[in-house]
Amino acid sequence: MLHIVNRSPGERSTLYSCLRLARPGHSLLLIEDAVYAATAGNAAADAIRAATRTLKVYALAPDLEARGMKGAAIEGVALIDYRGFVDLVAGCPVAQSWL
Amino acid sequence: MPTGWSYSATERARTGAFDLEENAGAIKKFMFVNRKAPHGSVYALEGLEVVLISAAFDQDVSLAFLDDGVYQLVKGQDTKAIETKNFSPAFRALEGYDIEKLYVERESLEARGLTEASLMVPVEVLAASDLAALMAGQDVVIGF
Amino acid sequence: MNFGILVNEGPYQRESSDSAYLFCRAAIDAGHKIHRVFFYHDGVYAANKLTEPPQDDRHVVNRWSKLAEDHGVDLVVCVAAALRRGIKDEILAKGFRISGLGQLVESAIHADRLVVFGD
Repeated sequence: MLHIVNRSPGERSTLYSCLRLARPGHSLLLIEDAVYAATAGNAAADAIRAATRTLKVYALAPDLEARGMKGAAIEGVALIDYRGFVDLVAGCPVAQSWL
Repeated sequence: MPTGWSYSATERARTGAFDLEENAGAIKKFMFVNRKAPHGSVYALEGLEVVLISAAFDQDVSLAFLDDGVYQLVKGQDTKAIETKNFSPAFRALEGYDIEKLYVERESLEARGLTEASLMVPVEVLAASDLAALMAGQDVVIGF
Repeated sequence: MNFGILVNEGPYQRESSDSAYLFCRAAIDAGHKIHRVFFYHDGVYAANKLTEPPQDDRHVVNRWSKLAEDHGVDLVVCVAAALRRGIKDEILAKGFRISGLGQLVESAIHADRLVVFGD
């Protein structure tokens, strides 16, 4: 399953709910404001680092760039573009957007 | 059926009726995920409308309630003073539409001081790990 | 692959409408098909032809219309959500049509994947 989270963890608990229910081997894609979670120093960064041990974690590079945060992306999180987003969805049987 | 929820032939026409012949045999596991409280936003109400329409398509439908979504099922909702439509009775109509798989996350209930007895319809309360397993087996997951 | 798309948020209010559009464009560029884009909740505002953003910003409504025109993408606005928000045939932008929630469920059944963009 591909889990897509789009809200900043500083604003909503969505990311944490997703991490509670995602299973090992699943993929997690951070888009829109959720990309902040994958930046150094963010309160959620440790949770993301821990998640990379069991999930494949991705962040949408265009959203990081828009926010001036591309250089702050933490290790272990793969940066992808919209083509990569499409490939991720195509490659996982189900996509779940956490709204 | 609760007032305002009519699924007459007219509604079926408006719903963009499914071509049964063309799609015979196509059954997918649908899970509708509810994470938001009722009344503070439209998502619970309009989410429920999708669930009710899905009943017409003979799919394998289940509903999951977690985080503030568990509040949607709390008994005794009375919207008179906020002058909005009380759609909560529609949850009781789900059974009549053969939608009986309602799952509530235990951790979400407990974090809100709720129990199964607080809820207006029969549900299956699951630990997060069990709900996660169910979720992982779905063909389509729609959150509102 | 055939993608069904659900857009739950209005243009400009949240980034979801942009994310959905950019995803569709990338999917089409990669040779995939878009089965349908279904607009629900405030997403129905994406069909309002009266939208008038500043000249130097993207025109969310028009670019959905262009996607429909150039690639035959089916843009469907939920009738119930549209009526609640005053979106009617007379203000519908090109390429959009109003229909029922059944079209969303049908898309979820027919498409290989359903991707939801929302709040």
